[in-house]
Amino acid sequence: MNKVVASADDAIRDVGDGAVIMIGGFGLCGIPENLIRALVRKGSKNLTTISNNVGVDGLGNGLLLAAGQIVHHIGTYVGENKLLEQMVLAGKIKLDLVPQGTFAERIRAAGAGIPAFFTPTGVGTIVAEGKETREFEGLTYLMERGLPADFAFVKAWKGDRMGNLTYRKTARNFNPVMATAAKVTIAEVEHLVEAGELDADSIHTPSVYVKRIFRGELYERRIERRTVRRVGG
Amino acid sequence: MNTPGKDVDKRERIVRRIARELRDGFYVNLGIGMPTLIANHVPAGIEVVLQSENGMLGIGPYPVEGEEDADLINAGKETVSEMAGTSYFSSADSFAMIRGAHIDLSVLGAMEVDESGSLANWMIPGKMVKGMGGAMDLVAGARRVVVAMEHTTREGAPKILKKCTLPLTGVNVVDTIVTEMAYIRVTERGLVLEEVAPGLTAEDVQRATEARLVVSERWKVMGG
Repeated sequence: MNKVVASADDAIRDVGDGAVIMIGGFGLCGIPENLIRALVRKGSKNLTTISNNVGVDGLGNGLLLAAGQIVHHIGTYVGENKLLEQMVLAGKIKLDLVPQGTFAERIRAAGAGIPAFFTPTGVGTIVAEGKETREFEGLTYLMERGLPADFAFVKAWKGDRMGNLTYRKTARNFNPVMATAAKVTIAEVEHLVEAGELDADSIHTPSVYVKRIFRGELYERRIERRTVRRVGG
Repeated sequence: MNTPGKDVDKRERIVRRIARELRDGFYVNLGIGMPTLIANHVPAGIEVVLQSENGMLGIGPYPVEGEEDADLINAGKETVSEMAGTSYFSSADSFAMIRGAHIDLSVLGAMEVDESGSLANWMIPGKMVKGMGGAMDLVAGARRVVVAMEHTTREGAPKILKKCTLPLTGVNVVDTIVTEMAYIRVTERGLVLEEVAPGLTAEDVQRATEARLVVSERWKVMGG
């Protein structure tokens, strides 16, 4: 078994027009930046993206947006994208906003063979419109559906050639759950190691979920809001 | 009517008052903006653990310059640091923790709150929708929900209403409202005014509030 591919471009060779793609990351933290750049180079069109944010203007998924490759986005917060705002108002992109916990659980459910589930989140709000509700122990819950994808692009800190992954700090976020929910999960890592080199007890994504893996060519690791304190402060 | 003090003073009063709600051993989620400042006022001698919905328990202070880490941010996308005992987890685990009522206290801002404890804080129709992020899950799942907000809009219009007019974030979810004017508890008999800011009367607070306030028999001056 060898899931290692040579490059981001090789990893996304079969991502065609109309693909549904999950992209890990929270803001610009833990995004698969090499895969995003490769997808911009490849130029696949009419994409549906499933990611918490759409990066910011000109960074992260914002690159795909600027290239006009996204026709439908499913996420939870898009406040950092002026371009997206213009595109939504102009009817050039369809936007579905989902509560963040529901978003995460819909992805988890899709990866875990659960077609739908009941949650208290959003009951009585516009999120509940058109959805089935049920009472359990006197409280009302909303039915939400699993959310699968064709591809998941995830970024980990370390990975081995079998596809085992370990994330670092809050760069973990949506990456492990998205890795479970797509037909083809592609992982980019900062450090690619031999099988057996990762501590088996510290693997966050077991190899079964990952189809392709490669070492990312370039990590800009951009910080969205640099906040510091004075020494001694 | 005008509420007393400048914006900074108002916020300071709100933040300090909510900090006094913290108890030793609490796991707390602080919303983006004003609620985040509560972390600077944790009372001495108690230990609280701050949760960040992007997958962290144990948020520390902003890092010292030069130690910023792109892999270590809070839900406001600000660089932060670790505490002793910090842990990291996925977004799915993070919201299981929130939805599963393991978070003792959630503090967040609001554009409107009403007398049934419903709140609106994510969308103004006709303006660009930015998204609700984790707010709907937090209000649905946290054991206690405290709203931190200025009592009126910049134009002086009430934000505590009989019924919210904006699209809701949650229905009957708010436990306590803290503003620069008052500390108000949402109860089955309505909004109970428990504390009034120094220099104000209960009538002053009522005049700045659309919903009817029930003045507690034990009302007192709000401390910081």
